[in-house]
Amino acid sequence: MTVLDHRHLAAVPGWLPGATGHRSDPAPLLPDASPLRVLGTSALEKTDPELLRELYRRLVVGRRYNQQATTLTKQGRLAVYPASTGQEACQVAAAMALREQDWLFPSYRDTLAVVARGVDPLEALTLLRGSAHTGYDPRASRTAPLCTPLATQAPHAVGLAHAARLAGDPVVALTMLGDGGTSEGDFHEALNFAAVLNAPVVFLVQNNGYAISVPLTQQSAAPSLAHKAVGYGIPGRLVDGNDAPAVHAVLTEAVERARNGGGPTLVEALTYRVEAHTNADDATRYRDEDEVAAWREHDPIQLMERHLRPLGLIDDELVQQAADEAEALAARMRAEFHADAELDPMSLFAHVYAEPTPQLREQAAQLAAELAAEAEVHDR
Amino acid sequence: MTTAPALDAAPSVRTTTMAQALNAALRDAMKADPTVHVMGEDVGQLGGVFRITDGLTAEFGPDRCLDTPLAEAGILGTAVGMAMYGLRPVVEMQFDAFAYPALEQLFSHVAKMRNRTAGKLPLPITIRIPYGGGIGGVEHHSDASEAYYTHTPGLHVVTPATVADAYGLLRASIASDDPVVFLEPKRLYWGKDTWDSAAGVEPIGRAALRRTGRSAVLISYGPSLPVCLEAAEAAKAEGWDLAVLDLRSLVPFDEETVCEVVRSVGRAVVVHEASGFGGAGAEIAARITEKCFHHLAAPVLRVTGFDIPYPPPMLEHHHLPGVDRILDAVARLQWED
Repeated sequence: MTVLDHRHLAAVPGWLPGATGHRSDPAPLLPDASPLRVLGTSALEKTDPELLRELYRRLVVGRRYNQQATTLTKQGRLAVYPASTGQEACQVAAAMALREQDWLFPSYRDTLAVVARGVDPLEALTLLRGSAHTGYDPRASRTAPLCTPLATQAPHAVGLAHAARLAGDPVVALTMLGDGGTSEGDFHEALNFAAVLNAPVVFLVQNNGYAISVPLTQQSAAPSLAHKAVGYGIPGRLVDGNDAPAVHAVLTEAVERARNGGGPTLVEALTYRVEAHTNADDATRYRDEDEVAAWREHDPIQLMERHLRPLGLIDDELVQQAADEAEALAARMRAEFHADAELDPMSLFAHVYAEPTPQLREQAAQLAAELAAEAEVHDR
Repeated sequence: MTTAPALDAAPSVRTTTMAQALNAALRDAMKADPTVHVMGEDVGQLGGVFRITDGLTAEFGPDRCLDTPLAEAGILGTAVGMAMYGLRPVVEMQFDAFAYPALEQLFSHVAKMRNRTAGKLPLPITIRIPYGGGIGGVEHHSDASEAYYTHTPGLHVVTPATVADAYGLLRASIASDDPVVFLEPKRLYWGKDTWDSAAGVEPIGRAALRRTGRSAVLISYGPSLPVCLEAAEAAKAEGWDLAVLDLRSLVPFDEETVCEVVRSVGRAVVVHEASGFGGAGAEIAARITEKCFHHLAAPVLRVTGFDIPYPPPMLEHHHLPGVDRILDAVARLQWED
């Protein structure tokens, strides 16, 4: 008896599309049982010292950015801020694994990754301030808008990577999402499309333990989120998300494999959100202090200091330099957001269509008249 | 002995079905612009379940006319990324109700990307959706879903009723720098007519007066337009001289033409097969009342499908507005005289 399976069907002419191709890369699909680490291992010796110092500096500045932004929400200067405190290693190291021509597709918690792409730190807060949806030019920074609906930016990354590959451009797209996002349909559709199209795209899941209040055990029954890659025929990788050089190493490997035609990778970074989901959340309702305290011990900045100080890679001078840079940025954030932004109400109609519809022209005239009437009352 | 003319030498004036005109529009757009990419489930080897994409993969290759995995959100979401990189994707959603899994991509991203990015990332995506009933399809194959799209700012919503418009409006939609939901009245796919592909492509957003008349105007679009023309013909026996206006585009809405016609005749009936409550007809009737109240001799009436889930095919003829239901409405307009 002949047993047919999908490999037999693949031998049927025309069964598999030749244009998009299938995986020829020999990278193993299953993630290792334990997350990859660099700090505290021999791999550290092979890591570029300048990269390590740069990672450290950016972690420190990023931590201060998270703190200052959270403070600004308490002062009513930002509408909301989902802090990535404790997750800075994922943010910084992931963005640093990209080259200039690559694209980042961030989720709403990934402001620091956006900043690490070179976007001005204040412009990166435009959405969260509430003055406009994106403050930065996505094309100029090759960074998509911060995406609020979960995982919906993942198929965009696939499409952009696919288009770039068709154009023959060596461009890779990285999309970042959280553990909750892996339950969404768009995540799975994006993985499947990426695999079938062999698109140069990397998926980074920052597993911080909770989707707002729902713990991972109630989110997924998989052995790890990285295991989800296997069903799509792409490699899954597990990394300590608080180990910045490890995140950088895993993502650099995945990004370069994608660039060289090896197709997509799903990376799960194990990390923790030590603050609440946003300033509007009360995390004490769903997790206990011991758990938070344990993760505070596994802090990405402390880990760097613990392992790099004895090697002389981090010295007092670097610590001071990073702290000064962080304070200067915090001061700039306070100064910039001290006053309310001056916004043009007529901009509401500016970018709905290339050309406003007759109905929008009419409504714009209505608002203009209301503004004129207000101004007249004000002048009196 | 005669030789068959080369395909390229096809005359610009042709007699074809609407399906063939749509196919020609896709082919011509792909020839004219290498950034136009067609994608969807079954669009490649099969040429689409309605054959609208027939032969495109053979002519342009499987990258330009791509058979995708079966996942509508994935199809449209991938198209978003492709458009961000400079392509003009033309997406096929196989049937009206099959587009619903993609609504989050459509509503949250496709419709809003220009606005979210202050004009930096416009998305020139055309989403082709065969829609409407009257073909004996079982459930999920006959929805008239236009109101979902017209209610979403940032989308253009276009629907042809003639073979010529099928070609011209699809070319215009693909050329548009904004996303267009292009609704194809599937029961008109096989209707034949003569059209001229060289007639030029009109910008979307203009209604067309298909028939002049002095008693009242029937305002409609897409699949209901031929029914209105039939009703107008039948109305002559009652002594009614009906105008028929084809909106062609629901967004932008050609209020100027609609109001001009309504003011000249003073009576209007809006006809569509989608459910009436919260439907496009409600919006059109309200606008006419707001803008033309003093020119109206009677209230604006609507003739629509019932407010029910799309019925099983053996009962659909009771749901879809036919000539009699339209003439009944016209009769109700006459009491003032």
